[in-house]
Amino acid sequence: MDWINSIIQGILVGGLYALFAAGLSLIFGVMRLVNIAHGDLIILSAFLGLTISTSLNLHPFISLIVVIPIMAIFGYVLQRGILNKTLGNDILPPLLVTFGLSIIIQNSLLEIYTADPQKMNAGVIEVASLSLPGGLSIGWYPLIMFVISVLIIGILQFIFYKTALGRAFRATSDDQEIAQLMGLSKNHIFGLAMAISMVVVTIAGIFLGVRTSFDPAAGPSRLIFGFEAVIIGGLGNLWGTLIGGIILGVSQNIGAKINPGWQILAGHIAFIIVLAFRPKGLFHRIDG
Amino acid sequence: MNKEYEILQSSKVSRASGFIAIFLIIFLFFAPWWAGRADIRLLSEIFLYLSLASLWNLLAGYCGLVSVGQQAFVGLGGYLLFALTIFSGFNPFAAILVSGILGALISLPVAFLIFRLRGAYFAIGTWVVAEVFRLSFAQIQSLGGGSGSSLPVGIVKSIASSKAMRESLTYWMILGLTVFILLSVYLILRSRRGIALIAIRDNELASQSLGINILRSKLFVYVVTAGLTTILGGLIFLQKLRISPDAAFNVNDWTAFVIFIVVIGGIGTIEGPIIGVLVFFILRETLADLGSIYLIMLGFVAIFVMIRAPKGIWGFVSSKYNIELFPLSRKLKEIKGE
Repeated sequence: MDWINSIIQGILVGGLYALFAAGLSLIFGVMRLVNIAHGDLIILSAFLGLTISTSLNLHPFISLIVVIPIMAIFGYVLQRGILNKTLGNDILPPLLVTFGLSIIIQNSLLEIYTADPQKMNAGVIEVASLSLPGGLSIGWYPLIMFVISVLIIGILQFIFYKTALGRAFRATSDDQEIAQLMGLSKNHIFGLAMAISMVVVTIAGIFLGVRTSFDPAAGPSRLIFGFEAVIIGGLGNLWGTLIGGIILGVSQNIGAKINPGWQILAGHIAFIIVLAFRPKGLFHRIDG
Repeated sequence: MNKEYEILQSSKVSRASGFIAIFLIIFLFFAPWWAGRADIRLLSEIFLYLSLASLWNLLAGYCGLVSVGQQAFVGLGGYLLFALTIFSGFNPFAAILVSGILGALISLPVAFLIFRLRGAYFAIGTWVVAEVFRLSFAQIQSLGGGSGSSLPVGIVKSIASSKAMRESLTYWMILGLTVFILLSVYLILRSRRGIALIAIRDNELASQSLGINILRSKLFVYVVTAGLTTILGGLIFLQKLRISPDAAFNVNDWTAFVIFIVVIGGIGTIEGPIIGVLVFFILRETLADLGSIYLIMLGFVAIFVMIRAPKGIWGFVSSKYNIELFPLSRKLKEIKGE
């Protein structure tokens, strides 16, 4: 029973990992940019949520109403002000600029909030659980987190394939010059993609901040989890990314069950196995 | 209209810089006689960073293999030094040389995995590998597990009995290795293989169509770099005498600073890392008291340079004055014409 329990917990946390990954994957899909600061942006939004919910005395989930617009505008401005200047044939500039950004965010958070771990308090929902037959019990919070994650991935999928904005994303991704000729502004489209990515990042950040404690240095490992979910699932396939996140979550929980020190390592090993035997990921890219 | 040409690969400037380099090395060799202990430590650290930066520059600047996981090999070198001396009774310097070979061997299966990833995904893949190394070494209880361990006194004494002699020996090893690494990078890039690497850097598709085996060229550089970085890791922790997984596999210390050095100095040039390391240490010695503010400033400087002057300080100087201190390009000179 313990084992089944760990696997269920792993599946549920996998939804959160898929959220880490979805924002990363969206940006890469639209503009071939891998944002090294992605994990730090997740942590930044967790800290923003913490500050806003404690200073305005709001529930962390309600603070999303304030944090999401802030982060979305920040993303748009960041993209148009800095990141668009780095995009081109050379992969080095975007990589190094986002690496620099990562260091700036981490150390700014350290300067403002110190290195102490913080946590957001979401009240009773954190401990309430649902009893299932067979002695299993599932926490409401992980369950809600999972359901919302699946929902968000569904919404992203819808935006990408069924709306005018999604068409603009795909067109710019396929051929920037032709898309410009058709009257799309590349810089604006990229700005919007980053803004949407930041919306997903913010939701992931608040979920994370309620689930576990976080500190300014926690960003890089979130980037790595997201990245692993993307590669396990297969590039350019959001549902694959969800499965990738679940595989990662389950591996980590099984690893932790065997030996607490192996939790994170087990996730990396699952990633390495997939990379060795299915380098293109478990699922194929879907187009259109 | 028959004209004869000769191919020149050196200039007055480069010959002069060669002589200056030789005098500088001799001068630095005698540092234990003219410098204090703190200065020797600082010089060692400068040389170690210069070596790490030159190797990273070879990887990223010439092969497009942008790694943010070189700390994997720095940490591996440190841990191999401890393991080989404590468990197998190696002399520390022998252990460091052996660990270089082991590092190169271990980099082969690593390359097999991460070479499947392209561009920026390759970068994050190297980071995952470094994390795997860190978490694995944290599981080895006989090397102190997560909290790390110190090099036993007996092993430290086996280098040399007096502290001054020990520090001088380590300094000479580091100086020697730095000269060796700079020279190797220079000679590799001047060789046939180096011309292939520069061609790959400038245009991967065109170089492939000229018959260059891209995978083999990149693999060669990756393995050589891994082996040498492992040796550097051994020397770094021979100086520190204490190791822990977090210090050994630290992404800031062994990769972020190194990237900063190369980017500021000028990526894709041999001179870049030398300029960059000087700028980095001048900034550090004057501003390090500011702590995290200093790191925030480094981040902003790196972003500014990458956007405004992507070729770095040396790229700016060399394009303005057309000079190379370590000449790689070849120039045609007319020697007889009618």
